[in-house]
Amino acid sequence: MRSLEPWVESPLATFLTESDARLTLLMTGSGQVVAQHGFTHALDVMAAAALGAAIVASTDALASVLGLRAFHALHHQGHRHGVFLAPFEMPQGRMIGLVVYGRDTSLGLVQLFFDRLVSELAAAAPPGEGKKVVLPQDFEHELHASLRALFGR
Amino acid sequence: MSMEYREALESLTRIRGVVGGLLVSREDGLVVAEAAMDGVAGNAVAALTNALAGRMQAAVASGGFGDPSFFHLHADGGTIAAAPAGDELLVVVIADRRVNVGLLRLEMLRIAGSVA
Repeated sequence: MRSLEPWVESPLATFLTESDARLTLLMTGSGQVVAQHGFTHALDVMAAAALGAAIVASTDALASVLGLRAFHALHHQGHRHGVFLAPFEMPQGRMIGLVVYGRDTSLGLVQLFFDRLVSELAAAAPPGEGKKVVLPQDFEHELHASLRALFGR
Repeated sequence: MSMEYREALESLTRIRGVVGGLLVSREDGLVVAEAAMDGVAGNAVAALTNALAGRMQAAVASGGFGDPSFFHLHADGGTIAAAPAGDELLVVVIADRRVNVGLLRLEMLRIAGSVA
C-alpha cells in the first residue's frame, strides 16, 4: 500500500485486511491519486484513476438527467473479479474509492468495510483543511507529482 | 420482496427471541429479503455471516462430512444461526438469549428447503 497522505494509511490498511480486496485506489473527485494498493505500474494507476473519476462523473450526469440524487455506488461483477466504485464526501472535498476484489471475498463484505473505511477516514482527516481545488492548468503537474510520490520515480 | 420470501421470514420472526431474519445471496453476501427490528445491522450481519458460512462449509467439506446444513453461533448476548438454502441463498437469523434453538433450527431447515 502506498499513500500520499499519512492519515489515510491506517484506515486503508484495516480495509485491505478485512475486505480481502485485490486492488484499491483512493482518489480525489478529479482523479488525482491519494493512495493505492496492488498496482505495480504508474500508468495503470493513472488510467484507473482517470477512468474511475470519469465513470463517477458520468453517473452523476445520468442521475441528474433522470432527476435522481447521485448514485451511492457502482458495482460490476465479472466472472472472476468484481469492481466496486463509490464516491464519498470528505472535509477536503469529494473522494472516490475504486476496489477490485476476487472470489475469495464478496460484494457484501467490500461494501460493508468500505462504509467503515469512509467513516474512519472522516475521523482521521486533519481538521481545518478546506476543500482543495485543482485548477485545470495544474492538473497534469499534480497528477505526475502524485504518481512520482506513489511509485518513487 | 416476493410473497414466498416474506412469508418465510415472517414465520421466523414469530419465534420468541428472534430479532431479525434474512435471506442472503451466497454469491455476494447481499440481503435478498429482510425482516428485522430497527437497529439490527442486517447488511453487516448478512455479509459477515455469509463469509463465515463459506469458510465453515470449506472446513466441513475438508473433513469429508459433505455439505453443512445448519450453523449456530452462540454468544453471551444472543445467537446467530444460518442454514444454506441450495447453492444460492442462506437463511440467517439473529436472536436474543430467549430463543429456543431447537425450534429455531427446525423452522430454519423447513424454510431452507422451501426457498431452495
